[in-house]
Order: sequence, then structure tokens, then C-alpha cells
Amino acid sequence: MLLEMDSITKSYGLVRANQNVNFNLRKGEVHALIGENGAGKTTLMRILYGMESPTSGQIKIDGKPVTFHDPTDAIKHKIGMVHQHFMLFPAFSIAENIVIGGEPKKGIVFDRKQAIEQTIALSEQYGMPVDPKKKVADCSLGMQQRVEILKVLYQGAETIILDEPTGVLTPLEVKELLASIKALTAKGKSFIIISHKLSEIMEVSDRITVLRDGVVTGTVNASETNEEQLSRMMVGRELIKLERSEAKIGKPVLELNDVTIVGNKTKPLLEDVQFNVHEGEIVGVAGISGNGQSELLQAISGLMPIDRGTIALQEKNITGASVKMIRESGLAHIPEDRYLWGVSKEATVSDNGIMGHLSRTSKRGMLDGKAIRTLVSGWVERFGIKTGSLHTKAQYLSGGNLQKLIVAREIAQQTPFLIAAEPTRGVDVGAMEIIHGELLKRRDEGAAILLVSSELTEIMKLSDRILVMYEGKVVGELDAATATEEQISLLMAGGKAVGQA
Amino acid sequence: MDQLFDVSLFAAALRMVAPILLAALGGAICARVGLFNVGLEGLILIGAFSAILGNYLTGSIAVAILFAMGFSLLFSLLLAYMSINLQANVIIVGIALNFLAAGLTTFALRAIFNVKGAYYDKDMKGLPKLDIPVLKDIPWLGDVLSGQSILVYAAIVIVIVLQFYLFRTVSGFRLLAAGENPVASRSLGLNVKKIQYAAVLISGALCGLAGAQLSLGNVTMFTEGMTNGRGFIALVATMLGQSNPIGVAGASMLFGFMEALSYRLQNFSVPSNITAMLPFVVTIIAMIFFKSSGYKNEAKKSSGSSR
Repeated sequence: MLLEMDSITKSYGLVRANQNVNFNLRKGEVHALIGENGAGKTTLMRILYGMESPTSGQIKIDGKPVTFHDPTDAIKHKIGMVHQHFMLFPAFSIAENIVIGGEPKKGIVFDRKQAIEQTIALSEQYGMPVDPKKKVADCSLGMQQRVEILKVLYQGAETIILDEPTGVLTPLEVKELLASIKALTAKGKSFIIISHKLSEIMEVSDRITVLRDGVVTGTVNASETNEEQLSRMMVGRELIKLERSEAKIGKPVLELNDVTIVGNKTKPLLEDVQFNVHEGEIVGVAGISGNGQSELLQAISGLMPIDRGTIALQEKNITGASVKMIRESGLAHIPEDRYLWGVSKEATVSDNGIMGHLSRTSKRGMLDGKAIRTLVSGWVERFGIKTGSLHTKAQYLSGGNLQKLIVAREIAQQTPFLIAAEPTRGVDVGAMEIIHGELLKRRDEGAAILLVSSELTEIMKLSDRILVMYEGKVVGELDAATATEEQISLLMAGGKAVGQA
Repeated sequence: MDQLFDVSLFAAALRMVAPILLAALGGAICARVGLFNVGLEGLILIGAFSAILGNYLTGSIAVAILFAMGFSLLFSLLLAYMSINLQANVIIVGIALNFLAAGLTTFALRAIFNVKGAYYDKDMKGLPKLDIPVLKDIPWLGDVLSGQSILVYAAIVIVIVLQFYLFRTVSGFRLLAAGENPVASRSLGLNVKKIQYAAVLISGALCGLAGAQLSLGNVTMFTEGMTNGRGFIALVATMLGQSNPIGVAGASMLFGFMEALSYRLQNFSVPSNITAMLPFVVTIIAMIFFKSSGYKNEAKKSSGSSR
């Protein structure tokens, strides 16, 4: 065994994040660590990377017991970690980011020329091409991740921990990453991957360990299991198959006519976008991120002015109207970036919960504490939001739990129109099931829902109709019942529409 | 016009530049580690007073300069401790430091020198002036550049040293990294706190030098509040120069020249209240061009994660 973690227990006060966890890694293997949000995956890896010390238990490397006090100890033992939120310096070049901490030098002078040469050598050795002089700020997220992996390799890592590596990547970048992982294991590197994307895990890993509530529920060979079994091990029960009833399409709720945003680039951000969303249907917008989806949502919700065209909500022209007016006309919005648009990190769970619900939770300009508690604690229970109390600051909730709070809040608006942008980004299967169920319930109640997601499976599962966006234009409209993944992928990549509905 | 823009104006400008430049370099190095040091004004004032005190107690210029650096360093240590260890808001601590310096120097002036408003001793020696061989014989240029106080030359050398340090050395690279992304730096095992401390202490020492130039170079006396906003002008020079030593030097030159010009204009029967505004008017104009780009980002970084 390259690495063993023997009966690791980590307690925070009364909370046990890890309990007698056994985990090991063979040389050249990809071992996935999966589980729901808060199951203790990240805690276990932080222990392995020296960022936390275990309450009890032992780490062994090559059979010898070791103790890590900080990440530098872990790095010395050839363990590297790529964090979920990248640890890069945007203003520095790729080469500078890779060599930092072990810079080549002449006397006291930083030898940047050699840094560039070493970066090129490293990227050729592992088949991960980068432009060493390019600034990281100008790199795509996929490229940034490649830089992170090269940085860890430069530090001499033999074992690489990847925490949620595919969360922010486009489908193409995910493919490249998985290929890189396979190539690196062929060269003798070993990987631990934390994730809850089962399809990717099944594709790349050799063994899979499942954690639930801090306890290992099993370690299985990837070749001897399937996604259903893994889901059961993660959630601890059978997942309910989503029942979708026949769509009862009513009158149009949202009508977009030739909506165009010119922007200051050569190509318009949005070009002649035209579609309707009707009562009782979910319209999914597919597309590789950055093809106008964000602008579309901001245009509809009034956050971004449009240059041409009209937008109508509930037969009322809302072109150029204020966000407040649009919301009052019947829009609720689960925003794509939860930290930017969705919550105030400094505010409490209950304060975040009542945003947009003030008329229900106040009397004569004064907040009604009892009404607030009833409302928010109802959501906490129904969506299984893990929070210390209603007075916990939002920033201390995990991403998935925060997302559940936002979804609960926006669905509770009971508006005729709902925007759901990346509604399940970063949430685990159990929570995903709840959120998907709630969205379908709103649809069955007659709401019109516009769903934007970079997860094709989510689009296919929930939508009644699918629009595909490419370079600011709607390049295809498909009936979800007959659309295939290949068809959509082709349109997303800018290919010509085949068999349009 | 010839009378207005003569040799002595440029020589005076260079003299005026030195304190602003030294302090602005201190501000720049703090900005580079994500701390926006608004306490420059107070640190210069402490330096100016301590220089006079050192001179008064020992009569030695070297001791006077050491006093200036030492006391400013001590007060910058206070700033560092409050903002880095106690996580107090660095802007508030800086403002507090300015008031502390103003009060403390006024009090000490009365307690130690037993005078009000200003201390002046005709026997006190100012900073020595250096005549640079060869250079001093070049017409015009020699008159401007030669015969300045040693701290003026020191300021120019420090610009070059800092530029080299920040952008060429490994240690400078890590200092930039600590300001750019403290969370990532910590994950690499860099000691961000230590780097921040070092930056604040360097800025303290530089402000001490700035103060010494003010009280022993430009004049040989101490008056209450004699910094007269130079610390804030230095702050603007820091921002305008984008915290690049050479850029900061350029910006400081502009402000120093304006200050010299404002004194000069008084000889041309322009009312002194009007001319005294000149450096500040230029500051405001500079701020308009500078807008909000750099400093807000700097402020964000100090508390930011890599998210």
C-alpha cells in the first residue's frame, strides 16, 4: 500500500465529521471518495493533506506511520492537493504559478527563464500543454486546473488529491481532465478524487469508497458496481424515480421577441432571441457556459439592459423595467452564481431566507419574528438544510445547503414564472432529488419554468422543451421527449441542427 | 517665465520630492501585501519629530536619522500588530495612528522642549549636502542634482533597490504572492503574516527617513503638524504609481514639483492661500484620472480567498 489511513476519527465538539474511517491507496490507482455534502469527504482529505489533525487514528505512508502538522509536511511526503476553489495567483504567469514555493534561483534572483523552461519540460513530460508566459487571469477554468495539477507535480507529488475537480469545467474540459488522469496513472501517479458526479467517477476510478455521515458505508471496485448501487450507499435508501406527468401547457407566461444585447465585443452577447415559456412547462436552455445564457437570464430579470427587442411577462411589457417591478410582475429567480446574486454571506440563514418575502414576514414596517421562524424553519425541514441554527451566517453553510435555501426561498414565492439557473450546482444526489422534485411540482401546479443548466442530464430529465444556445443565439429547439444527447451536444458545439422539432 | 522656471525651482522640487517619495514607497510595499497604509502621515510626523529629538540629544546627524527610523518603526509595529494579529481594519488603525502621532508630537514638544507650536535651534545642524563630483560641473543639471541632502540621494537609490527586489528576487516574488492571494500563499506554506509584518516595518522605516528629510533637510526645525498632508499626497502617489517603485517615483516627482511651484508662485504676488492649494488640486485631478481601478481590488485581496 502506498498510503493508508487507519480508523481516522475527527470530532468538532460533539459533531463527528469522521468516525473510524479506513481508507487506502495503491500505487497507480484512482480511488474515488464519494458521499453527500457534509458526509466528511473533505475533512478526511484535509487530514491527509495536513490541514487538520485527526482526533484519533493513524496515517501510514509506505507502511510507516507519519504525522502531518501542515501542508508542507504532506508535500514532503509527495502528497499534493488541488482544492475545489483554485489556489492560484491570477496576476502571475502560468510558469510563476507552477514554480512558486520552489522557485529556481541564481543567488537571490528569481530565474524566470529557467522557470519557463522547467514548465515546458514538465508539461511535455506529462502531456499537458500550457503557455508558460500567459497570465492565469486570462486562462479558462480548465486551463487553470491544468496549472494546478502541474504545480502539484512540480512539487514532486506522487499522490494527487482532487477535490470536486469537475464542478466548474465544461463537458469538453471534463473529458480532457479524465484523459489526463488516465495518462498520469499510466506514469505511476496515484489519485484520490472527491466527487459526487457518479458517471465521471465510474469512468475514471478503479475503486470507490462511499462515506455517509462520517462513516464508510463501503469500498467497492468500480468494475463491480453501478450508479444505482452507489447512490443507495451514499443516500442510505432507494432513490425515488421521478414521476413526470403529462405537461398541461397553458397560455404563454414569458414572451421574448428579438431580444438583442450588442455588448462591446465583435459579436453580440444576445442576438434576436425569441421564444415563449408557457404555463405548466419547463423549458431547458442547454449550451456550453459563456454562450449567452447568463446574459439571457440577466436580461429577463432586469439586471442587464437590452438594446433591441421586447420582453413580456404575464402579458405585461417588462422591457427596461426595474428588477423590483419585474419581480412583482411574477418572477422568481434561482440565480446561477449563488454567492454573487443569491445570498449575503454575512447575513444569517433566516435573514437570507426572508429576502423577497418581506410582505409576508412584517407588520407595519416591523419584522415579525414568529412568522419568519415558521417560514424559514419550514424550509429547513422540508429541504433538509444542514445548518447550526437559523442564526448561522450563510457563509458557514456548505454550498449545497446554501443552494437548497435559495431554491426553497424562490420556489416559495409561488410566482407564475421561475428562473432556475444551475439549480443543483454543487449539491449531492439526495438534495438534487429534492430540488428536481420541487421544480416538477411547481410545473404541475401550472408555473412556467426556465431552466438553465450546464448539466445535460439535468436538462434532459426535467425539460419539456429544450433550447440550445450558441454564441448568443438560440440555434435549436427540440422536443425533450425525442431529443438525444448527441443531437444537443452537436448543436451546443455550433453544428447544424439535425431533425429539429 | 524665465524667473518662474529657473534652476532653483527644480532644485527645490527635488528637495520637496524626497519625503513624499520615501513615504510613497513605504505605502507601495504595504499595498503590495494587501494592506492599505493610511498611517503614512502619522509615521512621517513621528519621524520628523524623532529626528529633531535625536539631533537635540546627541548633536549627531547619524543618530538623528536612526532615531527617526527607530521611532517610526516602533509605531509601524503597532499598526502591524493591530491589523495583522488582531485583524483590526487597517484603514481605521491607520487613521488612529495619524491622530495619535499628531497628539503625541505636540505633547512631546511641550514636555521635552518646553515650547509651543515649533522648536527651532539656530545651532542645530541639518542633513549634510553632497556635492557630486563631475555632475556638479555640468551646467544647469549640476545645479539641480548636486548639493542635495543625503536622503534625497538615498530615496533615488531605494527606488532602484525596491524595483529590483520586488520584480527580480525570489523573496520579492513571494511578497507579491502574499498580497495577490494570501489563502493560496498559506496553502503553499508561505508565512503570509511574516511577509506582511516585514512590509509594514519597511514602510515605517521609510516614513522615518521621510520625516528626517522634512525636519532636517528641507528646514531644521519641527512644527506641529508639519507634515501638512504630505502623507496623504504620498498615498495618492502610491496609487497613481500603481505601487510600482518607478511609477511611484514618477508620481511623487509630479507632486514635489507642484509643491515647489506653489512656494515659488508666492513670490509672484499670488496669494499664498491659493498657491498652497496647488498640490491638493493636482491630487484631486490625479484621483479623477486614477478612478477606482487599483485600490479597491487591493482592499478586496487582503481579506479574499481564491474564490
